[in-house]
Amino acid sequence: MNRETTPTADRGTANTGADHGEVLLRVENLVKYFPVQSGQLIRSKRDFVHAVDDVSLEIRQGQTLGLVGETGCGKSTLARCIARLHDITSGKIIFDGHDISTISARRMRPFRREIQMIFQDPYGSLNPRRRVGSIIGDPFAIHHIASGAERKRRVQHLMELVGLNPEHYNRFPAEFSGGQRQRIGVARALAFTPKLIICDEPVSALDVSIQAQIINLLADLQSELGLTYLFIAHDLSVVRHVSNTVAVMYLGKVTEQSPVEQLWAHPRHPYTDALLSAVPIPDPEFAGRRERIILVGDVPSPINPPSGCRFHPRCPKARQACVEEVPELEPRLGDEPDHRAACLFPVEDGEDISKSRPSIGADKRVIETGLVAGS
Amino acid sequence: MSLLEVDDLHVSFRTADGIVQAVRGVSFHIDQGQTLGIVGESGSGKSVSTQTIMGLTRGAQVSGRALFEGRDLLTARPEEMKSIRGAKIGMIFQDPLSSLHPFYRVGWQIVEMIRLHDHEVSKRGAHQRAVDLLTLVGIPQADRRVDDFPHQFSGGMRQRAMIAMAMALNPALLIADEPTTALDVTVQAQVLQVIKRMQEEFGTAVILITHDLGVVADVADDVVVMYGGAVMEHADRLTIFTANHHPYTEGLLQSLPAYGGERQRLRSIPGQPPSPINLPPGCPFAPRCAYVMDRCRTEVPPLAPALTGFDHLSACWLPRDKAARDSLRRKVLGQVVTAEA
Repeated sequence: MNRETTPTADRGTANTGADHGEVLLRVENLVKYFPVQSGQLIRSKRDFVHAVDDVSLEIRQGQTLGLVGETGCGKSTLARCIARLHDITSGKIIFDGHDISTISARRMRPFRREIQMIFQDPYGSLNPRRRVGSIIGDPFAIHHIASGAERKRRVQHLMELVGLNPEHYNRFPAEFSGGQRQRIGVARALAFTPKLIICDEPVSALDVSIQAQIINLLADLQSELGLTYLFIAHDLSVVRHVSNTVAVMYLGKVTEQSPVEQLWAHPRHPYTDALLSAVPIPDPEFAGRRERIILVGDVPSPINPPSGCRFHPRCPKARQACVEEVPELEPRLGDEPDHRAACLFPVEDGEDISKSRPSIGADKRVIETGLVAGS
Repeated sequence: MSLLEVDDLHVSFRTADGIVQAVRGVSFHIDQGQTLGIVGESGSGKSVSTQTIMGLTRGAQVSGRALFEGRDLLTARPEEMKSIRGAKIGMIFQDPLSSLHPFYRVGWQIVEMIRLHDHEVSKRGAHQRAVDLLTLVGIPQADRRVDDFPHQFSGGMRQRAMIAMAMALNPALLIADEPTTALDVTVQAQVLQVIKRMQEEFGTAVILITHDLGVVADVADDVVVMYGGAVMEHADRLTIFTANHHPYTEGLLQSLPAYGGERQRLRSIPGQPPSPINLPPGCPFAPRCAYVMDRCRTEVPPLAPALTGFDHLSACWLPRDKAARDSLRRKVLGQVVTAEA
């Protein structure tokens, strides 16, 4: 295995070939269950949180896959599985042609340089007692690359790259604002020019005006360095802005996956439709014109997810078949092959599902509001 | 007369690093049944303003007036405030888990609240009212769930329980401080719908503090935009979104990703908000403003009528006349575009 490839080689122009980039990451039937102890008694029954259940995805080189879904839908768990921060229960993760699903920590090490993460909380992910230069220099220290003056030079180069003043090398995180701290996180992730960056809610904690700065920065870096992003966010406007394709998750399953424009124009899964309609739009005229789909109840417990389609207890279009049959993720209503939805009764163009009523009995629609695992 | 009239409110805190001028001369008013949106980023003073009005900022130096039904809340005695808080003015906060006591049942907490202010009601009567309120805010099987502990509720349900509690005594004013920020969008839609319905039912006035311009566009009648502890612009919703005057309002709207249409590079506002300890001498937005003039750096612009009419207030030195401002805007934005290209 060629581990010592220079990170910048054979890349750089990947972003231009938008639709024929090579597949960088392929996730096949990934499953992640977390064991939980249920009941008060010793040796009680073992239950599992079905955090990610049979998810398949792929991301092409230089592209951005947006992953959306609500709290507890498993999007962060999926990201952590891909970065191998969790061991997976079953399935496959193929990164850059290598199967990394079960390899040892030692053999994972070279891939860790190529898969980096940026987290939501720029306060929580930086050690307050360490100087910024040493935080950004961490990756070099861990991988025994560059030391002393050379490391400082490279760190300052990274700081410049993300729009920080390199002279602030010796400052502490507390001396930076939220947006700048997020830049520190980005700089650290860029240390080895990784191939894939997993951005887990990178702008959610930031104010609007600062959020735009970071989104622009990520876009610039992508076109300059040919980066590939897995972009997790709950803000759909942000996801639409940054992504080429979007996958929508609900209770551990991908319910719909599509190029971004098609998803917004023709949402097929009722959950996607509801999600899109719930986004408040900063345009009063538009807000008044549109029909909002308000879902009933809460997300059910992932310990004992509903049978069939997991969305059926809340779906305005639910029928008996939805309770019995698990819908496949496939193109519906003559959509392009890359627009797939897991729904037996997909939303047609122009259909207003806020007027639909489910045709299954009320007893089947009792909403479990148990513990919802944090994402 | 307005239900609440805040006039020239100043709030500052002494800290080890110096005096934090959190709120500097804020004025606004709200009428019965109206929804006022207060928008601003972290540190703009939007929460401190309303918390001060409610007497919740201990140790702060406060000046100004806040007339609620003719009474000045800033000079009211503590016992008087106690009878107003909760009964006449309800509050809900961002994080419903930290505003509900984890050891007590949700229903018990609502009952306690009712019985604290209403000495007539029996224990059973108060309990029934708690159930009714929970039903009203859309908690399924409220008669059973009323005896749950807060941790048995989901985030959206907790926030709805908070609304139930805040509305328990049918207050004239509800202050909602980022009520949906911690919630998912579909749950946010549910909660906003509940607030709207309660407002229709009881004619409550609502002050909605948020950083989310989308939420404001959805529910507010009037909008106050705050920055650096001061009001930058105050107008009705439509004006704020379509005919705003202040460059900060404009910048905020432009830095949002468009929901429909072309995906363009976002126009972010450069720089960062000012430190409340060390504010610039002139307009607080001057260091980040695309239209900045010499005057902005030295003189604080007053909040004065702008463009569309008397109800549209803006604190900016730019021309008040629409045609003049628009031509200036074209000139400046034209420069920005050519500079980027």
